[in-house]
Amino acid sequence: MTFRIAVDALKRRSRDTETLAAPAEMAPAASSLHGSLQIRHVDAGSCNGCELELSSAFSPVYDVERYGVRLVASPRHADALVVTGPVTHNLREPLLKTLAAMPEPRLVISLGDCAHDCGEFRGAYGVAGSVDETVEVDAHIPGCPPRPSEIVSVLRTFTGQ
Amino acid sequence: MTDVLVAFIATASSAAIAGALLPRRVRVLVSAVLLIAASVCAIALAGHVVSSGSDVAWSHSTLLPLGGLVLRLTPLGALFVILSGLVGAAASLYWIGYSHHSLNARSAATSFSLFILGLLAVPMAGNVTTFLFAWELMALSSLALVAHDHARRREAVAAARWYAVMTQGGAVAITFSLIGLAAHANSTSFARIAASAATLTPGAASSFFLLALIGFASKSGAVPLHVWLPRAHAEAPGPVSALMSGAMVNLGVYGIILVGRVLLHGGEEWWWLVVSAIGAVTAIVGALYAATSKDVKRLLAYSTSDNMGLVLMALGASGLTLASGHATLASLALVTALVLVVNHSLFKSTLFFAAGSVHAATASRNMDELGGLARTMPVTSLAFLAGTLAVSAIPPLNGFAGEWLLFQSLLHSLASHGVAATITVTLAVAAVALTGGLTIIAFVKAYGITFLGRGRSDAALEARETSPTMRVAASLTALACVVTGVVPYAVIGVVNRALDAGANAPVAGWVTMRLNPLTGAVTPLYLSAALAGGIVLVASWRALAARRSGFASVATLEPWGSGRHNQTSRMQYTATSFGEPIMRVFDDVLRPDHDVDVSHVVESRYYLERISYRSANEDIVERALYRPATRALDWWARHTRGIANGSVHRYLAYGLVALVIILVVLQ
Amino acid sequence: MTSTSGSVLASALQLAWVLLAGPLALGLMRKVRSRLEGRAGASVLQPLRDLAKLSRKQRTRPTDSTWVFGAAPVVLVASALVASAFSPLVTLSSLLATRVDFVAILFVLLLGSVALLLGALDTGTAFAGMGASRAAMVGAMVEPALLVAILAMSLGVGTSNLSRLVGVGVTTSALAGPARILALVSFFIAILAETGRLPVDNPATHLELTMIHEAMVLEYAGPDLALITLGESLRLVLLLGLFANLALPWGVASGTGTLGLFLGLLAVSLKVAAVAVAVSVFEVTTAKIRLFRIPELLAGAFLLGVLSVISAVALR
Repeated sequence: MTFRIAVDALKRRSRDTETLAAPAEMAPAASSLHGSLQIRHVDAGSCNGCELELSSAFSPVYDVERYGVRLVASPRHADALVVTGPVTHNLREPLLKTLAAMPEPRLVISLGDCAHDCGEFRGAYGVAGSVDETVEVDAHIPGCPPRPSEIVSVLRTFTGQ
Repeated sequence: MTDVLVAFIATASSAAIAGALLPRRVRVLVSAVLLIAASVCAIALAGHVVSSGSDVAWSHSTLLPLGGLVLRLTPLGALFVILSGLVGAAASLYWIGYSHHSLNARSAATSFSLFILGLLAVPMAGNVTTFLFAWELMALSSLALVAHDHARRREAVAAARWYAVMTQGGAVAITFSLIGLAAHANSTSFARIAASAATLTPGAASSFFLLALIGFASKSGAVPLHVWLPRAHAEAPGPVSALMSGAMVNLGVYGIILVGRVLLHGGEEWWWLVVSAIGAVTAIVGALYAATSKDVKRLLAYSTSDNMGLVLMALGASGLTLASGHATLASLALVTALVLVVNHSLFKSTLFFAAGSVHAATASRNMDELGGLARTMPVTSLAFLAGTLAVSAIPPLNGFAGEWLLFQSLLHSLASHGVAATITVTLAVAAVALTGGLTIIAFVKAYGITFLGRGRSDAALEARETSPTMRVAASLTALACVVTGVVPYAVIGVVNRALDAGANAPVAGWVTMRLNPLTGAVTPLYLSAALAGGIVLVASWRALAARRSGFASVATLEPWGSGRHNQTSRMQYTATSFGEPIMRVFDDVLRPDHDVDVSHVVESRYYLERISYRSANEDIVERALYRPATRALDWWARHTRGIANGSVHRYLAYGLVALVIILVVLQ
Repeated sequence: MTSTSGSVLASALQLAWVLLAGPLALGLMRKVRSRLEGRAGASVLQPLRDLAKLSRKQRTRPTDSTWVFGAAPVVLVASALVASAFSPLVTLSSLLATRVDFVAILFVLLLGSVALLLGALDTGTAFAGMGASRAAMVGAMVEPALLVAILAMSLGVGTSNLSRLVGVGVTTSALAGPARILALVSFFIAILAETGRLPVDNPATHLELTMIHEAMVLEYAGPDLALITLGESLRLVLLLGLFANLALPWGVASGTGTLGLFLGLLAVSLKVAAVAVAVSVFEVTTAKIRLFRIPELLAGAFLLGVLSVISAVALR
């Protein structure tokens, strides 16, 4: 049984597993990344819509891992900090601490419209400001929430794969 | 060479006298210097005996009754003299610095000197009287030292009481055994006893051996007679615990070899099955409690039990193979046992020196209150690290050679044996394997929690490196661990000579340790060189990578705690939490007591006010064996109190009745 | 024909092989895992890219750490390299082949494990302490299983020398006995635990509380992290290679001739790849077991080892 599943999976050759052509444009930081991007994700106060799409990007359908992107558990292991949502008062300090915990060179990628301008939540009592206002952002992925394919294509400009 | 022997006795005795008479300021210094001189004399003498292979003897017939004072240094005894001398000299050096903290009273200085004298004299003894005299000298002086802190600490009193009962009980057993042997030979001289041992009935020989085994195994901390050891070693002042663990427990092994192998010529197979079994149980119990204790000296003490268990296993394997006629295997196992003893002396005295320094600097032995000492006490920390790697049998430290030899002895003993021995040796292998893993837990914990991370208390944060002599003593023994680890033949060669193995030495080779005539070889020297080379290579790669990356310096960042607001040193793992998994795994054996107290705030049970957690991990042998025994004794004493009501007439009547009964029986 | 220079060459070859095969094996295992999960997965070369990038990043250390923190990754890699250089991976005649035995290899690897444990405790964080405590527990249970398995295998041959243990399998039927098979099963379970694979530890977990190995290295960054990743992959291929050579000893070169070395290289690469794929398939189809069930698994491995010792003695 186990063996059957394994053989079937290994034989499968679907559209999903094909690698697409390398991206035309590369992000400036790509040269120091050598085709490998490790991400630490911080939810600074998001409605979780962006999280769903981000995890979709790592799902079998979009599989951004095939382009050299991986989620990691510690900011020490990460090259890029992906931040979602407006920055709430409670998560402002943890966000800054996470960024400070990352080794140089480090990138910040803001994910979703809220991260850019607080979106729906601008002016809410719990919100301290957008990600742009809190830390220096290197790249932005727009959308509310961004489609997984857009997330994938932006991340690919960093890995160059 | 007898001049040196006399010089040794003179310097050691004058150290004791100096300790008793001189004023406080110079007392320790003079005693310690004299003790170092005495140790050097003893080592020189023993070195001569080992290298020449001939005994050195000196006797004085009127100093002691029953055969007089007879010192006869045999090559085997000389090995133990060298060990006691090395540890004694290092401990004396350490004592000079330690006496600024404690152990500088008149009584302490005298006892300390007498203790070292006893340690050196026991393996020199040439007859039963001298042996017992030296043994008691060692036992009583160390008892006084364990009780040294009795005025301030109740634990010291309890430890001294346990130690007194166990050590004197053991001495009684040894006395009966040796006196029985002497009576049979009609002489107290060991040489004469050995010559007449062949005419002993098997039953008598076995009972003498078992009696001696009880006494000596208790001294070596063998289960179930080990209960005094974790208390006494933990409570004794720093240099004393180093002496007890680095030198005194060895003499238990010496005693077993003396009675079992020298006086009784090997005896029967089942004796050594018993020794092996005791060794296996001792090793496992010792390792388990070492892995779960949070008091750093108690941990070291249990580890002493563990190591002595390994020695007993090797001794047992040696006796077994000798009894079944495999002389080569027997001598390999005996060499293994002695190499294990030597290694243990070196690394355990290092560890106890370092632990004593930690205690002197922080006034705490509880690892849950320590931490971060590697920054403030770098030398002590490095010495402890060397001891840690050595006791874990990791190359290039000396523990590795012992572990390797033990593995080879067991492997080759298994390859040629009967059923009973096969089962024992298989279990021994299992025990060795299990204790190896547990030892690593214990010592990663001991070093990691005590010296690394962040200080868990003010005492730990404010600790300062201790006095230079303490550091030098710890560094010297640590250095010895490294040297004998890289070139184990430095130890094995001496052991070979002490056993008079000559050309038939079971292990030989400066560069590559080779078994002879069995197959097996390992080269600690080349391995160490390769490791050193590898480390240099990898470190330079990293330095190169750092230069190429353009980040010259290492960024010092706050430890990552998931962005937590404020991280304190209390959030670190402690010794208790580090050992918790193993405590849980062996829950059925250890049966620890846990107690969680939760108190809620008055307004709502959803909010906690305070949680207190207590865990006690008392020795299972003590709980299961000694507590019922002491309770029974108590009960017996309460119920027999009535017959002793203080009336002299009554006592005279008892005496009369007893006399009559004896007369009737004798008729 | 084994000259010293030939042995030096053979050891150098083995070093080069493990340095390349380590990351590639990691990539291969991730690839197989991705495919079985229905994903395309990263390229097999991805671990090499990760290492290249990490080596160009900044080193960091936690505030209160000492030299132990920085030394741990170096010692981990150095110990794995030393063990690989002297083990019979490509050829039985590597440097010191007659003077280094299985026990020595085991304890050299242990040096790396202890270094990593101490490095973790040096960070002074809760996660690393937790990881170290758990890894120490697993390690303490793995070591007996390994030692007993080694003893069982050595019993039939009369020596614990690794080259003899591997070499004897090529020429005789020592392989087929129950003792060796039981010992190999026990060895294999121990390897899975030692290298932190499922079902003992999940190398891909992101949740700190479920981590064992990963929790210990959360503080390492840049070149230090590269060394740790590399070191763990070296240990993986070394242990898988030893297992493969003990279980299927054919193809290992006996001397240091060019053709033999080439075939040996090919053979060990294929064998390790096969075992790695098998481990990966096993990993996908199994769940991580609870932390406190791990001792039961390893006690099982230990008992298999003891059983193997007994059967080796009984069938002698």
